[in-house]
Amino acid sequence: FRMAAVGRHRLFQSCMGMKTTGMSSQALDDEQKKKENIRSLTMSGHVGFESLPDQLVNRSIQQGFCFNILCVGETGIGKSTLVDTLFNTNFEDQESSHFYPQVRLKAQTYELQESNVRLKLTIVNTVGFGDQINKEESYQPIVDYIDAQFEAYLQEELKIKRSLYSYHDSRIHVCLYFISPTGHSLKTLDLLTMKNLDSKVNIIPVIAKADAVSKTELQKFKIKIMSELVSNGVQIYQFPTDDDTVARINAAMNGQLPFAVVGSMDEVKVGNKMVKARQYPWGIVQVENENHCDFVKLREMLICTNMEDLREQTHTRHYELYRRCKLEEMGFTDMGSDDKPISLQETYEAKRHEFHGERQRKEEEMKQMFVQRVKEKEAILKEAERELQAKFEHLKRVHQEERMKLEEKRRCLDEEIVAFSKRKATSEIFQSQSFLPACSNLRKDKDRKSFFEEKRMNSCQYMSQSG
Amino acid sequence: MSKGFPETRTDAAMSELVPEPRPKPAVPMKPVSINSNLLGYIGIDTIIEQMRKKTMKTGFDFNIMVVGQSGLGKSTLVNTLFKSQVSRKASSWNREEKIPKTVEIKAIGHVIEEGGVKMKLTVIDTPGFGDQINNENCWEPIEKYINEQYEKFLKEEVNIARKKRIPDTRVHCCLYFISPTGHSLRPLDLEFMKHLSKVVNIIPVIAKADTMTLEEKSEFKQRVRKELEVNGIEFYPQKEFDEDLEDKTENDKIRQESMPFAVVGSDKEYQVNGKRVLGRKTPWGIIEVENLNHCEFALLRDFVIRTHLQDLKEVTHNIHYETYRAKRLNDNGGLPPGEGLLGTVLPPVPATPCPTAE
Repeated sequence: FRMAAVGRHRLFQSCMGMKTTGMSSQALDDEQKKKENIRSLTMSGHVGFESLPDQLVNRSIQQGFCFNILCVGETGIGKSTLVDTLFNTNFEDQESSHFYPQVRLKAQTYELQESNVRLKLTIVNTVGFGDQINKEESYQPIVDYIDAQFEAYLQEELKIKRSLYSYHDSRIHVCLYFISPTGHSLKTLDLLTMKNLDSKVNIIPVIAKADAVSKTELQKFKIKIMSELVSNGVQIYQFPTDDDTVARINAAMNGQLPFAVVGSMDEVKVGNKMVKARQYPWGIVQVENENHCDFVKLREMLICTNMEDLREQTHTRHYELYRRCKLEEMGFTDMGSDDKPISLQETYEAKRHEFHGERQRKEEEMKQMFVQRVKEKEAILKEAERELQAKFEHLKRVHQEERMKLEEKRRCLDEEIVAFSKRKATSEIFQSQSFLPACSNLRKDKDRKSFFEEKRMNSCQYMSQSG
Repeated sequence: MSKGFPETRTDAAMSELVPEPRPKPAVPMKPVSINSNLLGYIGIDTIIEQMRKKTMKTGFDFNIMVVGQSGLGKSTLVNTLFKSQVSRKASSWNREEKIPKTVEIKAIGHVIEEGGVKMKLTVIDTPGFGDQINNENCWEPIEKYINEQYEKFLKEEVNIARKKRIPDTRVHCCLYFISPTGHSLRPLDLEFMKHLSKVVNIIPVIAKADTMTLEEKSEFKQRVRKELEVNGIEFYPQKEFDEDLEDKTENDKIRQESMPFAVVGSDKEYQVNGKRVLGRKTPWGIIEVENLNHCEFALLRDFVIRTHLQDLKEVTHNIHYETYRAKRLNDNGGLPPGEGLLGTVLPPVPATPCPTAE
């Protein structure tokens, strides 16, 4: 290894003069170098840091890789079968029913190993997508799921004591969108869903069950789909063309999107080999035959060429966008009102001040309200007290009056009694003078007396009652 | 080769996420993985190649700091390590230039390329360290510089709109030069390493090792190791960060036998046995720098550059930087760890270095 490295290095040195590192960022690098006063150095011998990428890669191998695929498509369109075929494994899954009331997402994680690479593959399937009668809210659960993964990562990143290097990355790296092989165009649901997902995840559209579309129809179908995507402003994932080694093939593949795929884990004998295929009375559709479908292309692009780029794009583009939006939503900015950059610290302080002021204001408000209420209550109570007092006075007066009246009556009665007694005395004198004719008078007098006695008794009773 | 797992699998733990009406989950459940049997080659291992290509395109940063009294051969050693005139030697200073009154921090950056790998190398020199009569607290400017780099990185990381690649100026490795007295470590050495081993990876090296015989060398090394252990100084590779048994055995061997490396530096070439080698010519012979019988330079070079460079960077990022960050954020009101960044206020940068955990 060392000899080859030295040899390589010498070769490199000898053509250093002629070699132009044809990277487009070279000019920028030079500018930056000048700014930072950094000079390029030539070394007089082999140092050995070219093993650096190996060191880095070894580290990653030790930790293992994560890859998360989201499959969006109608029930029965062949998502699970395709994923099985892609990874050449029978992931355990049952057929889904068509009668779910809402769209749900089902995630499953698998550990795969190939030579010394360990991959933690998570496959997320949509369940019940496109089955409802009213599909307005179909895309929302998907968007929510993707956001939740970003949120979880953001939370971890913002923790004080965090462990990012051992964090299981659950963010979705690629979304395979399954298009129904109608042969005509995209469905409204497809456009709506993809439009809502394109800024959050890398979308690779695929035409599912492509053996339902003939070759000529397929070409027209693909063109129609792509033009619809473009005219609706949907940004699907473009295979990167900045690396020389893969630029050409990626560019070619970009022109072949969306891939028309057929999935199958059943094996059929063709010639003298067993191949994965679907057997029909009129022929056999071979999954890995490039003339029959684009499955090989999909596998090549998704796994063998661009898996790392998908992961990187998710982290540096989609996640950063989410993070920025989320933080801005919470009111943090980088630039102050006078266009000077303010640090997060200043924003925090400002926010804290604001919150503090807000809290104080609220406190004041509540205090005021409390005082107000107390006053009101007091007033009400006072009013009630006054009323009671008035009533009491009134009653007292009424009583007083009644009492006086009764006194009056009593006096009258007393007077009458006195007058009667007098008259009785005088009449008794008359009686003794004229006895006989006075008998009937006596009875009358007796009646009269008892009548008056009764009346007196009554008035006495009345007076004692009202006394 | 795929592991041979049996086909039967225990019931899969399906993590279903029902979106409504439940509020968004804060953290999704840690998934239960199922080991699957691959029925054929897919191409997953190509990810290694993909990753390698990407890293080669972005290039690497490496920042190395050299600390030691003047005249111990720091600049020469760095030049020897990277086989180029990375540092300007002190002997080329004019006579008029005085010895700096305090410790200065001089960072010089270079871009070197080898085998398609671009590396931005920054050498941070500390002239004036240990050169005054009174050397109290002369490590403070150094500690301050190191913390400033962490602070710079933290500020960038905390931005709303972040750069795609945050420029990494943090010190990944600090080579501490020990004077080859043959006796033991000096108090200054111990003080410095005690303070700084908590914030940066320190690799102690015995400078100018050609002044010691083999026996003197091994005795000295043993004594130095013992002194470091007695004083609780954890130099790189730190015992507490060994991840698995393999790491531990490998690092133990380095820690207990090779370190501290006794090195000789030179940028002059001489003819020895028909080959041109880097060395020092003396009346009694030519000391070959890269000859393992003569000195341990080759070991140091392999250790720092060829095997542990990435690990140095990772320990700096995952451990030292995280410690700084956590402390910085916790300084505000002593929030319990795990509490979010939002809702706290970053206190202003302290003028004196952050108190390191004693």
